[in-house]
Amino acid sequence: MRPFTYAKPSQTSDASKSLKQSNSAIIAGGTNLLDLMKLDVNQPAHLIDINKIAELSQIKNNKGGLLVGALVKNSDLAHNKQVLENFPMLSQAILSGASAQVRNMASTAGNLLQRTRCYYFRNSTMPCNKRDPGSGCPAIDGYNRIHAILGTSDSCIATNPSDMAVALMALDAVIHIEGSGAKRSVPITKFYVLPGAHPEKETVLKDGEIITAVEIPQLAAAKHSRYLKIRDRKSFAFALVSVACALDVKNGVIKEARLALGGVGTIPWRCTEAEKILVGKPAKKETFKLAAEAAVKSAVTHKHNKFKVELCKRTIVKALSALENLA
Amino acid sequence: MSTKPQGGNSVVGKPIDRVDGKLKVTGQAKYSADISLPNMAYAAVVQSTISAGKITAIDTAEAEKVAGVLAVLTHQNAPRLKKSDNDQNNVPILQDNIIRFAGQNIAVVVADTFEIATHAADLVKVTYAPSKSPNTNPDPLSNTLFEQMQKSPGQSRGDFVAGMKNAAVKIEATYTTPTETHNPMEPFATVAHWEGDKLTVYETTQGVFPSKKSISEMAGIPANNITVITHFLGGGFGCKLSVWSHAIMAVLAAKQVKRPVKLVLKRTQMYGPVGFRPKTFQQITLGATKQGKLTAMKHLSVNETSLFRQFTEYCTEPTNVMYACPNVTTAIKQAAINIGSPTWMRAPGDAPGSFALESAMDELAYALGIDPIELRVKNFADKDPESGKPWSSNSLLECYKVGAQRFGWAKRSPAIKSMKRGKMQVGLGVAAATHPTYRSEAGAIASISSDGTATIKSGTQDIGTGTYTIMAQVAADILGLPINKIKVELGDTRFPQTPLSGGSQTAASVGSAVTAAAKKLLDALFDLAIGDEKSPLQKSEKKDLEFRNGVLTKKGSKSSEKIGDLLKRNNMPKLEVTAKSTPPKDDKYAKRSFGVQFAEVEVEPDLGRVHVTRMLGAYAAGKILNEKTARSQMLGGMIWGMGMTLFEETLMDHKLGRIVNNDFAEYHIPVHADMPSFDVIFIPEEDPHVNPVGAKGVGELAINGAAAAIANAIYHATGKRLRHIPITLDQLF
Repeated sequence: MRPFTYAKPSQTSDASKSLKQSNSAIIAGGTNLLDLMKLDVNQPAHLIDINKIAELSQIKNNKGGLLVGALVKNSDLAHNKQVLENFPMLSQAILSGASAQVRNMASTAGNLLQRTRCYYFRNSTMPCNKRDPGSGCPAIDGYNRIHAILGTSDSCIATNPSDMAVALMALDAVIHIEGSGAKRSVPITKFYVLPGAHPEKETVLKDGEIITAVEIPQLAAAKHSRYLKIRDRKSFAFALVSVACALDVKNGVIKEARLALGGVGTIPWRCTEAEKILVGKPAKKETFKLAAEAAVKSAVTHKHNKFKVELCKRTIVKALSALENLA
Repeated sequence: MSTKPQGGNSVVGKPIDRVDGKLKVTGQAKYSADISLPNMAYAAVVQSTISAGKITAIDTAEAEKVAGVLAVLTHQNAPRLKKSDNDQNNVPILQDNIIRFAGQNIAVVVADTFEIATHAADLVKVTYAPSKSPNTNPDPLSNTLFEQMQKSPGQSRGDFVAGMKNAAVKIEATYTTPTETHNPMEPFATVAHWEGDKLTVYETTQGVFPSKKSISEMAGIPANNITVITHFLGGGFGCKLSVWSHAIMAVLAAKQVKRPVKLVLKRTQMYGPVGFRPKTFQQITLGATKQGKLTAMKHLSVNETSLFRQFTEYCTEPTNVMYACPNVTTAIKQAAINIGSPTWMRAPGDAPGSFALESAMDELAYALGIDPIELRVKNFADKDPESGKPWSSNSLLECYKVGAQRFGWAKRSPAIKSMKRGKMQVGLGVAAATHPTYRSEAGAIASISSDGTATIKSGTQDIGTGTYTIMAQVAADILGLPINKIKVELGDTRFPQTPLSGGSQTAASVGSAVTAAAKKLLDALFDLAIGDEKSPLQKSEKKDLEFRNGVLTKKGSKSSEKIGDLLKRNNMPKLEVTAKSTPPKDDKYAKRSFGVQFAEVEVEPDLGRVHVTRMLGAYAAGKILNEKTARSQMLGGMIWGMGMTLFEETLMDHKLGRIVNNDFAEYHIPVHADMPSFDVIFIPEEDPHVNPVGAKGVGELAINGAAAAIANAIYHATGKRLRHIPITLDQLF
């Protein structure tokens, strides 16, 4: 860990200003950043602690949906009554991640911005295009069982590790951003950037911009939603595959469908094509299988992660079937 | 004198709480990394990032510039050390520029604080000339070695070829187990403190005495000048049986900066340079009659090793001793590659070896159409098949019987894929387990003071298994004192010599020494009373004397005397004796503990996820000194076995020649949510031959066979025979 300065402003605008110093980083829960600093992966010279900014810690009702402050702890969001009733998959997704202790510290915005668990990224003495642009990607020809099959490029095949973001993807959440005295909002589906030739760029956030809140719009189908995470052990492990899904079924026919994947994409992965296949069709296993095929159609596999394609399809079918109580 | 406890209030065997439990849960137990000395400096190591080649330049200027940095030691400026035969595990420590594996410690930075040392270590710039052909993959080499072994196998009893001719059914299969890292919760830590030419080392070790010897030879310091202390150990599992390079670096650094130095390895620094279980490749051939009698067995094994230590993982050990088969051939070879040195890891040889053997026995049972327990019972060895000696005790048959009954084996339908629970495929598996009972010479001091408190001192370290507690129990029984009147001090080379804590031998070795010391103390106490003219017990017959709760009494008389009165009158603040217990040289008996592992799994047919739902172990391990700590040992072993079956694997990137999953997030061990329901049964054994305390080793027994029991259960559930661990879901859907 390298020496750094530390500031704790009480206004978002002050934090945004401080963030313009070169090589500065926001710290909220610190559950990811501190790890990466200890590993010498992140080397910020200035830490801006935003925990004193009270307005960022609230959950507000918002037009039938929710406005979740950037600092709301993962535990508080997961156990929020509205979330449990109206967006169960969001609660399930959060609770499937990390451990209770980590969730008690981790923030909403921090969860959205957590870095990949790719082995090569997390070892500061190995090449990695995401950490050290142009140094190469050893994962492509290396050990890649945990790596992505969707949205990969010749530069990077690292997965996005967030569970929460997968549910928010399916829910069409909107990210509220503040910086340089201006405010803007970006749909989460446009927030993450595919690695392409620049895996170091992960989101559309610009220098000095801070996430202030996450808006979760009202969605009838979300009451009937589920998050299913498949991993190598039962807890405290990142997803091999995860599925966030919601269905609005009337008289056996799917009126609205939401489907997003985790553990398989370089970004939290929304399956729009698969959703189109589901809508208007009977809520049956056959339909779900068609949707699953569509979801992984563009998959590109590597030596050790070929199994993820089949596992992904089966997990999608299982999650949707469970939602409809189908065997 | 009888070995039976005086007064019949035995605490040996009772499930009493750990005597050090409160210290541990309240944070008062001082582990090596908790030691803080005045004016102490901190050290951090720099590790190589290539697996083979040379250091062409090592630039320490930037690191040395950081305020608070006291010294940076590299091969360029470290004191020259003599090559030590004792040190097979390490490459020369800071002596040359050659890199033999990734993670080799190549520099140590010493600074005023831990943070400064860690930061400065990141600033050391190393330039390498990497070797053109580093090899970290043992797979191709193993094939060549197997061909060699097939041509000229090694150790044999009987005639394997003839035995196979008599076989009606044959099984031939190859099993593989991965590289595994010990990952004790407590990281390696060394605090080195020089006072003149005397050195005290607070070390994370499973053997203070072997450490003293190693440090002496590796660092060139007279052994008499060294004290090694380990009051508590947060797990070792074999990797802390050796002194590794970082400890010597701490010793050298402390000498250099003339201050005490603390060096604690980071978790990521413990993958490679401080030992691991080597990857193994095992070929097993079994032949049996139609009735299920083994006619021949062959077990060939290859394990990876480093280029500088020919470490043998004795996977063939269980095959040599488990079954009554007249014709057995076993052989082992090593594939040497650019990795750190492997070392013993909890149930070395037996854990990976029993996975292969007990899986093969299951395959044989299916091939014969015989129940897997029945097959094992048919081949029970009623004496040691290797030496021909009788067992000191062997309750394996009882383990099968009692274990099967409690597990509900009779309700198992034998056919594969025949049992379901809802949508889950259910499978039940079994495997036999054995572990050698080791015992080494050990010493102990026993003393009693006038307030009636006894103290036991012995060099041995409590590695977390409960040694403080069971030694107090053993002493309490012999001295007729309640356990809270016994103080136990361990983990210090100034106390009597004891062996390392490995091979589950501590209870037997040190227990025997404490038994001897406590008896000798009692003897000395009686002598004192008999010879004391003023004692009411003077001139008594020794056999008539008893000592209970601090009072000496004479059978059939009302004469008695308090310990305090006797000692005070003789101007003795305490009475102290030292004793040693030595195992017999030529043993008439073969000594092993035995057990049977049962596992039940549920497998999700669509996703291949394995849920271990039940594990039961029936174990026969001599006298159980403390049912609670022994049960914890067995649970730990079973969990370790489950983790080995489903999760544990150190992943090597052969292109980079480096381990990639070097943390707890990606090196998986079981978490609470993975735990099945556990059942531990101890079959009572009175074994007068095994050793004076009557105990056999328990710790590692519960690992052996566990992986096979689970893999066999998975086969029963799914019909898929998986011969490689860890078994992950992608192998099952």
